Amino acid sequence: MSSLLEVAGVSVAFDGFKAINDLSFEIGAAELRAIIGPNGAGKTTFMDIVTGKTRPDSGRVDYGEPPASLLRMSESEIARAGIGRKFQRPTVFEQQSVRDNLTMALDNARDPLSVVFYRPFATDMDRVAELAREIGLADQLNRMAGELAHGQKQWLEIGMLLAQDPKLLLVDEPAAGMTLDEREHTTDLLKRAAETRAVIVVEHDMEFVRRLNCKVTVLHEGSVLAEGSIDHVTGHQQVIDVYLGR
Amino acid sequence: MERTFLIRHPSVMIFIALLALFTLGATILSEGFGIGLISTSFVKTLGKTLCLCLVAIAMDLVWGYCGILSLGHFAFFGLGGYMIGMWLMYERTKGIVVDQLAAAQLPPTPEEVREAIGAQIFGVVGGSEIPTIWMFADSLIIQLALVVLVPGLLALVFGWLAFRSRVTGVYLSILTQAMTLALSLYLFQNDSGLRGNNGLSGLQNIPGAENISQDVVSVWFLWASALALGAGYLLAAWLVAGKFGNVVRGIRDDEARVRFLGYNVEAYKLVVFTLTAVIAGIAGALYYPQAGIINPAEIAPIASIYLAVWVAIGGRGRLYGAVIGAALVSLLSTWFTSGRAPDIPLGFYTIEWVDWWLVLLGFGFVLVTLFAPQGLGGLVDRLVRNPRAARPQPARPPQSAKEPA
Ligand SMILES: Nc1ncnc2c1ncn2[C@@H]1O[C@H](COP(=O)(O)OP(=O)(O)O)[C@@H](O)[C@H]1O
Ligand SMILES: [Mg+2]
Repeated sequence: MSSLLEVAGVSVAFDGFKAINDLSFEIGAAELRAIIGPNGAGKTTFMDIVTGKTRPDSGRVDYGEPPASLLRMSESEIARAGIGRKFQRPTVFEQQSVRDNLTMALDNARDPLSVVFYRPFATDMDRVAELAREIGLADQLNRMAGELAHGQKQWLEIGMLLAQDPKLLLVDEPAAGMTLDEREHTTDLLKRAAETRAVIVVEHDMEFVRRLNCKVTVLHEGSVLAEGSIDHVTGHQQVIDVYLGR
Repeated sequence: MERTFLIRHPSVMIFIALLALFTLGATILSEGFGIGLISTSFVKTLGKTLCLCLVAIAMDLVWGYCGILSLGHFAFFGLGGYMIGMWLMYERTKGIVVDQLAAAQLPPTPEEVREAIGAQIFGVVGGSEIPTIWMFADSLIIQLALVVLVPGLLALVFGWLAFRSRVTGVYLSILTQAMTLALSLYLFQNDSGLRGNNGLSGLQNIPGAENISQDVVSVWFLWASALALGAGYLLAAWLVAGKFGNVVRGIRDDEARVRFLGYNVEAYKLVVFTLTAVIAGIAGALYYPQAGIINPAEIAPIASIYLAVWVAIGGRGRLYGAVIGAALVSLLSTWFTSGRAPDIPLGFYTIEWVDWWLVLLGFGFVLVTLFAPQGLGGLVDRLVRNPRAARPQPARPPQSAKEPA
């Protein structure tokens, strides 16, 4: 299987503290992957590196077909190359409507001139309506995003990612603060998204990961501790020691 | 800008209508075209106020909408004034010089005319050479182009350097302030080529229109200023109403998020910064012929800070807020500092407004910040337009109540 993203031997240190330590990781083009690990394991930093927010001290980050290095691209270039990211804390534009949030994320030209002359044509508005249906916000399109419930904001953010139509989706702790119903809905969303693209989900909650029913990578102190099915990693002695046994 | 835009944004239509009414009213009351109820100097004050409203709109775009607290937009305003001032002063002096030399026996050579102009304009700073930067001063077209190009290019280069290095927040404000300070200090020098602290004067005299009374010229400039303000307001409203406005507001609220959506945040900031610098330059080019004089003190950093205060008082992120703030505060300021406001004798001390006006302004600023953080424009929103915003925030939907403890 050819991989969509290949991270090889990546390290990054903050003031001498190695947050990521010789990390290697690969994911295929239509794959769902969960990354788990204790607090401070480097999960968010890993996403920062892939999305260009943090530059690694060493290592390779290659993406796409043919593979191109992400290390020389800016955040917005990486995003336009098809990598979408959902942050740990829901970040939607609270003072704008759900429709405007989704429209901004749509996969259209993003240079200032095109955006100045952008007209919301029917095809785009249909797509927005369809996305809103998918994330359960069809009747909330005109609401300010700031008025939404916490879970709805998380979905809106996922909807914005889907609107970007990325090839690789990075999702940081989507289930945090969600009710059980909301979690189930979120699991469905992510699974469906992974049918046509690669999705990496960072999650704390073991039940949630179990429901995703996918390959799991365990991160610890900045490198991969174990990788495999959920049953494989939960049976792994070291994993039990550092994470599950806490 | 199609018709649906105006229909969907009634506040823009209301503004344009009010502006037209205001201009018409001032014309009818003026000495030049009407019944002469208001003095020509007051017509000029009104015209200048419209220009200040226009630069406030630029400030609101860059700060209120894009989140860049620029403390340099009055420098762009001043540069626009200098650029048009050069033509006004050069051509006017040329007219005078040619008249003087016409009395001589031999017709003057172009060289003699140039020398005489140089001596007239630069004698005050001990020179008579016409500096290189004045080489286009005899061309109205080129100087008008420079009104747009000089502030625009300065903003482009400055913005490119600053945004590319990801300078944001208070550091960016300090940087823009430093740019403003450097520019005004440079202009204060006699060898800056722009007459040092004397600045450019006599700008109210329009070359080629010497025989037309200021009563009339002042109304022309009022019209031009109203036209520019109306056009600037329309352009700004159209820009912020669409997706561009959403992206720009997004940059203000969370620029990292906008970046991860794939937008080149630096490019957007640069576009907004440069465009608003150009608008500021145009506003300045209309302001200073009405003021009659421009000198480097106009560009001093404090002017740009006032500009931010106007927009804050009027209400950031709403265009009419910027207009309300600029008009109200600058007119009040004119009134208080012109000695027309009655002093208040307290017996042991007399409050003289010329000195106390700034204290009052500071106090007003604090009051607005505390009690109307959305500014006066926000009050307008709450009272007139948007009854929804006056209600408390709607309760959260019931889902969150189910959340397990
Ligand atoms: N910008 C930064 N500066 C300094 N330390 C950081 C920075 N970002 C992350 N860290 C540190 O790196 C480690 C990994 O953090 P993070 O990737 O957020 O962990 P996780 O998301 O797995 O909980 C933590 O110890 C954190 O304190
Ligand atoms: Mg994290």
